[in-house]
Amino acid sequence: MDFDVQLIVDNLPLYASGLWLTLQLVGIALACGMALALPMGIARATDAPVLGRLVAGYIYFFRSTPMLLQLLVVYYGLGQFRWLQDQWTAGNAFWLLLREPYFCACLAFTLNTSAYTAEIIQGAIRNTPAGEIEAAKSLGMSAALRMRRIVLPGALRRMLQSYSNEVILMLQGSAVASAVTLVDLTGAARTVYARSYAPFEAFVFSGAVYLVLTFGILGLFRLGERRWLAHLRPQGR
Amino acid sequence: MPYAYAQSILEGAALTLALAALSTLLAVLAGLLTAAAKLSAVTPLRWAAAVYTTVVRGIPDFVLMLLVFYGGQALVNALANRLDREPIDFSAFWAGTLTIGFIFGAYFGETFRGAFLAVPRGPLEAGAAFGMSPARVFARILFPQMLRHALPGLGNNWLVLLKSTAIVSMLGLADMVWMAGQAGRTTHQPFLYYMVVCALYMVLTAASGQVLRRLERRYGAGVAPARF
Repeated sequence: MDFDVQLIVDNLPLYASGLWLTLQLVGIALACGMALALPMGIARATDAPVLGRLVAGYIYFFRSTPMLLQLLVVYYGLGQFRWLQDQWTAGNAFWLLLREPYFCACLAFTLNTSAYTAEIIQGAIRNTPAGEIEAAKSLGMSAALRMRRIVLPGALRRMLQSYSNEVILMLQGSAVASAVTLVDLTGAARTVYARSYAPFEAFVFSGAVYLVLTFGILGLFRLGERRWLAHLRPQGR
Repeated sequence: MPYAYAQSILEGAALTLALAALSTLLAVLAGLLTAAAKLSAVTPLRWAAAVYTTVVRGIPDFVLMLLVFYGGQALVNALANRLDREPIDFSAFWAGTLTIGFIFGAYFGETFRGAFLAVPRGPLEAGAAFGMSPARVFARILFPQMLRHALPGLGNNWLVLLKSTAIVSMLGLADMVWMAGQAGRTTHQPFLYYMVVCALYMVLTAASGQVLRRLERRYGAGVAPARF
């Protein structure tokens, strides 16, 4: 058996479009997930009366079930409901989105990563040194101002390390997008395999691209840490 | 929910559990070897372990699974061809088990490495002073103490692994996700069956948490818990 590099070269455009789709899915999910996770993490960390409980349940559900299953529920599962089917036949543009694999993948990935991110944010907020909050109180800051100026800036810095893990997990988790007919980076590899029956060429190359992406993400976070955690760097004498 | 579908989903759950248990066993063995290699004085071993953990953790489990499943079959076929034998089918179950074990060996390896490093030297030296062989020091002192430090990480790894098994349904293996898909298509109630499987995963997660707490108490006996 030999490794046919030409096969990869011939399929580069396919891989490139798959990579672009993977980046879109991951980027959208991370951005929307963060927007959802911030209020949820705050509600959870401050033990907001009802909301805190609801958020805890939400986080538990999404963290204890596989993301593939969540994606299947959104894409295949929701179509079970008569009401939704009626909206589809009526041509309601908003509800028709739930028939789009692209939208469903974005939705499922967003919900999933928002739960993990909310948990990370919660932990980072809870780890705020008590002294910082006391100082803010003694300066007469309101709860909202304290959250905005003292707690969140510190918490977001503290969570960089664990959030980088979540970003990488999201990138790798997005490989299941091909379950709903999307041709992402993994989908491209599966297409190449289906056409050529050359498993090593097809999957080793996409694996290598994921590896490079992972290192890229780690590098970006390293840069971010240098920028935002500059005060923690050892000082040369 | 008709009885027949409930039964098929439970069969799928049995497969999920068997797959998870077998691959955990494999991953623990691979993880211990990896930790040993990472802590060894032999430089090539350390390098090999570093490459293994870095590469495996940087590639999605689904891609690795596809590679092992289809690549493994191709290898088996090529081998059979060379030996002039009938090619055998590379089973999806073993491909899944091997791949998940191989992937999580890297994660378990990192957990074990940290845990081994956390064990103080004193008790080990005391064991040697009592005339215990190195193997006995390992089995009676190092391993049990290491396990206490490793348990939280092991619990996390197990939960991630359990959820990873869902991916084998994309190789056509009849785990509970796959069974739910079948039942959902036949009955036109995919939401119901997928949610049942979600509930099963949540039950498994909760049960694992209970077992883990017990184990932590067992291996943490004699260590005062921190009180704030």
